[in-house]
Amino acid sequence: MTNEDHEALFESLLNGSLPDDEGRFGPFGGRYVPETLMPAIDRLTAGVHRYLPDAQFQQELQSELKSWVGRPTALTHAPRLSDRWGAEVWFKREDLAHTGAHKINNTIGQALLAKALGAQRIVAETGAGQHGVASAAACARVGLPCTVYMGEIDVARQAPNVDRMHRLGAEVVPVTSGDRTLRSAIDEAIRDWVSDPKGNYYLLGSAIGPHPYPYLVRELQAVIGREARTQLLERTGLPDAAFACVGGGSNAIGLFHGFLADRSTALFGVEAGGRGVELGQNSATLASGRPGVLHGTHTMLLYDDDGQIQETHSVSAGLDYPGVGPEHALLQLVGRVEYVTASDDEALAALDECCSLEGILPALESAHALAGAKQWAAANRGKRILVGMSGRGDKDMPILADYPVNRSKGSVDAAA
Amino acid sequence: MLPRDQLSDALKLEGRPSLVAFFTAGYPDRDTFLDVLKEVCSAADAVEIGVPFTDPMADGVTVQRSSQVALENGVSLGWIFDQLAGRDFELPAPVLLMSYLNPLYAFGFEDLAERALETGVSGFIVPDLPYEESGPLKQALDAKGLALVQLVTPATPKERLAKLCSVSEGFVYAVTRTGITGSSEGLPNDVSDYLAAVKSASSLPVCAGFGVREQEQVRRIAEHADGVIVGSALLEALEAGRSPREFLESLRP
Ligand SMILES: Cc1ncc(COP(=O)(O)O)c(C=O)c1O
Repeated sequence: MTNEDHEALFESLLNGSLPDDEGRFGPFGGRYVPETLMPAIDRLTAGVHRYLPDAQFQQELQSELKSWVGRPTALTHAPRLSDRWGAEVWFKREDLAHTGAHKINNTIGQALLAKALGAQRIVAETGAGQHGVASAAACARVGLPCTVYMGEIDVARQAPNVDRMHRLGAEVVPVTSGDRTLRSAIDEAIRDWVSDPKGNYYLLGSAIGPHPYPYLVRELQAVIGREARTQLLERTGLPDAAFACVGGGSNAIGLFHGFLADRSTALFGVEAGGRGVELGQNSATLASGRPGVLHGTHTMLLYDDDGQIQETHSVSAGLDYPGVGPEHALLQLVGRVEYVTASDDEALAALDECCSLEGILPALESAHALAGAKQWAAANRGKRILVGMSGRGDKDMPILADYPVNRSKGSVDAAA
Repeated sequence: MLPRDQLSDALKLEGRPSLVAFFTAGYPDRDTFLDVLKEVCSAADAVEIGVPFTDPMADGVTVQRSSQVALENGVSLGWIFDQLAGRDFELPAPVLLMSYLNPLYAFGFEDLAERALETGVSGFIVPDLPYEESGPLKQALDAKGLALVQLVTPATPKERLAKLCSVSEGFVYAVTRTGITGSSEGLPNDVSDYLAAVKSASSLPVCAGFGVREQEQVRRIAEHADGVIVGSALLEALEAGRSPREFLESLRP
């Protein structure tokens, strides 16, 4: 593809003609699902087009976002971190949303949609447990039973969230097959969905999966970027750069969408660099993957020469996934967003720095966005930077127990 | 005759239902793959060789288990082709590959069709490739006369059923129940109406599968369909050390 082709694709994305009717974002996207699910996918697509633009549906959604989720979330200036980095740093505070992460924007929207479509039961997957908690909460709110699949490795490392899901009335099913993290949880949720595609509603938690999910999730998360842009313009001005962490890519696509047309704002997705660049040591799909098909979509993936999906690693369960939303694959292809990595250690250091300088404990996922921003700030002095604080770190306390404060130089240094 | 037409012919039998057998390549053991294939081929009318995949999202626990073990045994699509190329016996029944899309995609569709033709493979079944997304693979297979088998399910609306039956090649794979492979719940009550509807929409042989385990089920399916497909139950027979031929023959009415 030439530069003109890329520009034309990006223009189509900006003017709203992507995804197209086949659910494609240029070469990426689509609907690679078992035939049993095709009628359900068609019904869901029709439902999305009917209800998302519907005035009554929107009124209900906006009301829930305001009074139940707690939107708009704050835009917080980070003065001490700004001094430390030599930048003007702002946080978009999705950690302040109900249940502690951006995931709730998506789950309340989809739960309302499921209700409108007459679903009997909600099925969801979760990695870090944030989407599981947000699904359980939204299902309780709209009055639908909820089953959450969670890899048994994640059940162990995100224990507080498992208890929260139970409290909120969800059934949590540990997944013991495959890689026993988010990827296998999605496999299992899809198997459940297939067993009753009419009665079940699959509440997918990121901007991944078959069409219309990448579109639906993006539309429901776009509130992040819309609010942030308005808030920044009121208080300071457009940012020079915006950073978001990328697992499946839902908080990132939600943040980026508000700024896609602002060419003066450089956009950065930060993937999990894990322990290093070797295959299997990270979850840096866009930085080191190739095109392939997994979980219903054609996108960038980590797989070996035989087409087998690669096991991934990240200290952060929410980023530990070998694929990424197809719209990110397009944004990378056309060059509008740059995808970089932050290692486990860099994310942990950024988390400590944010705690000690700003009094905010970010989720390990969000700490990757901070670490990416910090690297960039070091090379680009005096810039205005927006960081998507996708969630709070309370859920990560069991993991953080393995990394005592002061474990790295320059982490906790309140006197600096 | 084109491989896909040979496949159709092998499945449309006078007076008895055809039997399509599925097993995962290199399961339970890698070394016995060709022996199992030879025996299964001699007892079935067509054979689906399962290409293992890390994320078999349309499969139940039996196929998942076989897939995982096969991967641990070092089985890959390339290895399967090499084995087929190196065999020293004729295949008495047509052979298909059943694979999720990504291993095929990684192999490259042109190379895949070429290699399949060379090694005596008649066609492909791809459970995560609905017709709408099948263009590039279908084009590569068509060029070599290889079949891309379409699946239909009880959830498939009438017009879609007609469309899928008209574009399928080799045979039409009628999934007996909404769900994953390997169910032990038996056939749904309305399976006869469903199979009759598929049959009347298709000019190709119709073979029904998912959860077929017993002779009685084969008999019921055969009232309306041309054949049955047996997978998880065969894998379980292999796990139990039973002779695949004996097991398959025990299913024939
Ligand atoms: C706080 C937080 N941020 C980010 C993510 C990553 O998901 P996504 O890339 O879809 O935003 C997760 C996933 O669990 C999360 O909990």
